[in-house]
Amino acid sequence: MDRTTGMNSSITRRRRRELVVAGVLLAILIVLPLPIHDVYTRNLIIITLLFAGLSQGWNILGGYCGQISLGHSLYFGIGAYVSTMMFVGGHIPPPVGMVAGGIVAAAAALLVGWPVFRLSGHYYAIATVVVQEIGYLLALNWDFIGGASGIYVPFRGESWLNLQFRIDKLPYHYLVLGFAAVTWLVAWWLEGSRIGFSWRAVKDDVVAARSLGVRIFHSKMVATAVSGFFTGVGGAIFGLYVGYIDPDSILSGQLAILIALPAVLGGVGTLWGPFIGAAVLIPLRELSSSYLGSSGNGVDLMLYGALIMGVALLRPQGLVSLVNLVRGRAHGAA
Amino acid sequence: MALDTILQVVISGLLMGLIYALVAAGLSLIFGLMDVVNFAHGELMMVAMYAVFTLWQMTGLDPFILLPVVAALLFGLGVAIYRLLIARALSVRFNRGMVQIFVTFGLAIFIRGFMQFWYGGEFRSITTTWLANRTANVYGVYLPLPQVAAGVVCLAAFAGLLAISRTEFGRALEATREDREAVALIGIDRDRIFALGWGLGAATVGVAGVMLAGFYYVSPNVGANFALIAYVTVALGGFGSMFGALAAGLLIGEVEAITAQILEPSLKQVGMFAIYLAVLMFRPRGLFGKI
Amino acid sequence: MALLEVRNVSKSFGGVAANVEISFDVTEGEILGLLGPNGAGKTSLFNSISGEVTPDVGEILLSGRRISGLGPVACAGAGIARTFQVVRSFESMTVLENVMVGAFARHPAAADAMAKAFETIAFCGLAAKVDAPAHALSPAEKRRLEVARALATEPRVLLLDEMLTGLTPTEAQGGVQLVRDVQSRGVTIIMVEHVMEVVLPLVSRAVVLNLGRVLTIGTPAEIVKNPDVIRAYLGDRYAAD
Repeated sequence: MDRTTGMNSSITRRRRRELVVAGVLLAILIVLPLPIHDVYTRNLIIITLLFAGLSQGWNILGGYCGQISLGHSLYFGIGAYVSTMMFVGGHIPPPVGMVAGGIVAAAAALLVGWPVFRLSGHYYAIATVVVQEIGYLLALNWDFIGGASGIYVPFRGESWLNLQFRIDKLPYHYLVLGFAAVTWLVAWWLEGSRIGFSWRAVKDDVVAARSLGVRIFHSKMVATAVSGFFTGVGGAIFGLYVGYIDPDSILSGQLAILIALPAVLGGVGTLWGPFIGAAVLIPLRELSSSYLGSSGNGVDLMLYGALIMGVALLRPQGLVSLVNLVRGRAHGAA
Repeated sequence: MALDTILQVVISGLLMGLIYALVAAGLSLIFGLMDVVNFAHGELMMVAMYAVFTLWQMTGLDPFILLPVVAALLFGLGVAIYRLLIARALSVRFNRGMVQIFVTFGLAIFIRGFMQFWYGGEFRSITTTWLANRTANVYGVYLPLPQVAAGVVCLAAFAGLLAISRTEFGRALEATREDREAVALIGIDRDRIFALGWGLGAATVGVAGVMLAGFYYVSPNVGANFALIAYVTVALGGFGSMFGALAAGLLIGEVEAITAQILEPSLKQVGMFAIYLAVLMFRPRGLFGKI
Repeated sequence: MALLEVRNVSKSFGGVAANVEISFDVTEGEILGLLGPNGAGKTSLFNSISGEVTPDVGEILLSGRRISGLGPVACAGAGIARTFQVVRSFESMTVLENVMVGAFARHPAAADAMAKAFETIAFCGLAAKVDAPAHALSPAEKRRLEVARALATEPRVLLLDEMLTGLTPTEAQGGVQLVRDVQSRGVTIIMVEHVMEVVLPLVSRAVVLNLGRVLTIGTPAEIVKNPDVIRAYLGDRYAAD
């Protein structure tokens, strides 16, 4: 066998298919908002895409690498605060601020991960919640970043440099679409790379993985850094789009749930899971809040809770596995 | 700082710590038994608080009298949760750790949402009880009686747990905890023990909740807050150790009280979180952990 | 200089001595047998060589460099690969993906790793099952998969832990041929085995362990006639012949 066989291997063919599907989907999403002028619907699509990207970022650590973080809003908040502070205080353009926010969030993730990765499953999950709560409490009391009152993002003129658009919010759609597309691509790339194989090997059998030279701690650190980065960038984008950030909206435990949930619903450790999950969850959430009353009356929480329990008990592989069933193909290695 | 202020802080920390300890004990019991972290533990406490509040509202009876009723209610709830959800989660072959985390986590969120939906988000409190607003003055230290009563009851509950551990049921619990594979060989119905264990764990945290309702507000988010403290307490004391839960609970209570005094009250939890993380770094099993 | 040197290795677990003062050399390119009755300490020794455990006393050298105590990942990097007594395949992955995990050890780029994996899979006779999920393989195929996966790391020394145990005669023959093929690639092999009839014709020398110590080292012909060896195995089916 030689390299030509490699080019036609099942893995290569599958990955090529995935790229094609992604390309088609991207084309659809580029064109989709153009005929839609209803602000509400456009906003819904933007939020859906944002959470798809965010959850894919979470998925890299929680799904592929198997480290369930229930406090990921910490990195979201860090990215939002760094980027917003740089823009508001330092007049640094948001495109730069976003990347900076992502980098700081990634650094924080590494800092947290370093001592915490030794812990197994449950202990790790608890530690992530504790760290996020600490972040929340600190932000609440830190007046430099606005404390409990938060920060308003002043409008400094419509431009791509400022990433601020008041007249027509359409550019935000493309910004978020770009974000989601990049996170998908990174996940796709990682899945087929050495690191991706390392994660899966460790999840299946740690002892065998080590005997083959897989560096476990190193692979976890890579996962958390990448995940932290994209979560931070997502937070920065959110801050810009909404125009206001405060600890309750960007560092809360509830947000942490919302970041992880699409991946859990759609299928942890799968490429499309977070996207399918977001596409189902976000509209569902909007529907439930408009039909059953404003958010804050608990119904959305009941919905999330029921979904999480349902998926965990009935279909832990997520909605993606249903799609595969429909296609008539058995759910292969995830 | 004056001596009676110090004493005040220390004693109120101890009293609160006893409640934390009891909440942690229930959590530790369940985890020690079947390796499942009950992420809905705080919400069970909240259910107990709402239950005693509702019963008090309906009957006007003092929470002390309602205590056994609510404890029994929570016991039943714990058994039901095991039978309906946990038993199923344990039998999954694929990704079991993840499933366990998400099942109880999802339950927690669901219960929180339900309480918010049913009762609304306002804070409730039980106002006219036998001990409400009564304080004892001991050598210049003001001891609010509801807190003292809570502390006493929690201690009694720990004594009760100790007594139970000496019974046949308690020994079966211990055996199942030590080797859940082998107990079937000596005639112990593992499934039944798990269910009763969940019931006991839920009842334990229910007792804490009832006593807490005597002086703490009842709201849909109170569960989340106490849950986090419970995890920290159990992780600190060591999963599977009752004594560890007690020791860690008292420690956490003290740290919280002292931190509230030194820093601002809104930052009082930072102290205990910092200690938790520090202990985890050097002793991932906790101070007295068996697992 | 021998390729692998085991020098005075001792290891105890909770007061029980698993290995006591074990010393022997392994010449490059040979197939060395590691024999002995149950509980003789064979797998413990493997674990010390592959880095799973650290010897209490003594050291293990590969080409003169110490590898004992470095951990499994470093030993894999140095060129030690192994299979496990109870097969540890990556059940959620296909045969190709399993072997790729091994191939990535020396080929960080996915395309190269895939090519290497294909080549190794064909070499080990699993070409027909390249896309089969690991959990769907027969026990004999799973053993082959473990060998292929270990081989993909391009080791200098391959430790085979009871690879031929529990196979049908036909499967065992295939296994023996595989071992010979691996040797022909220049890989040095240490085999733990129970199935005497199969392993003795295969190895050039054997180290016999008993109760944690080296009983004797010699050629198959010498070992078979050794009265101590026969006594050590008394109670087992095997009789000197």
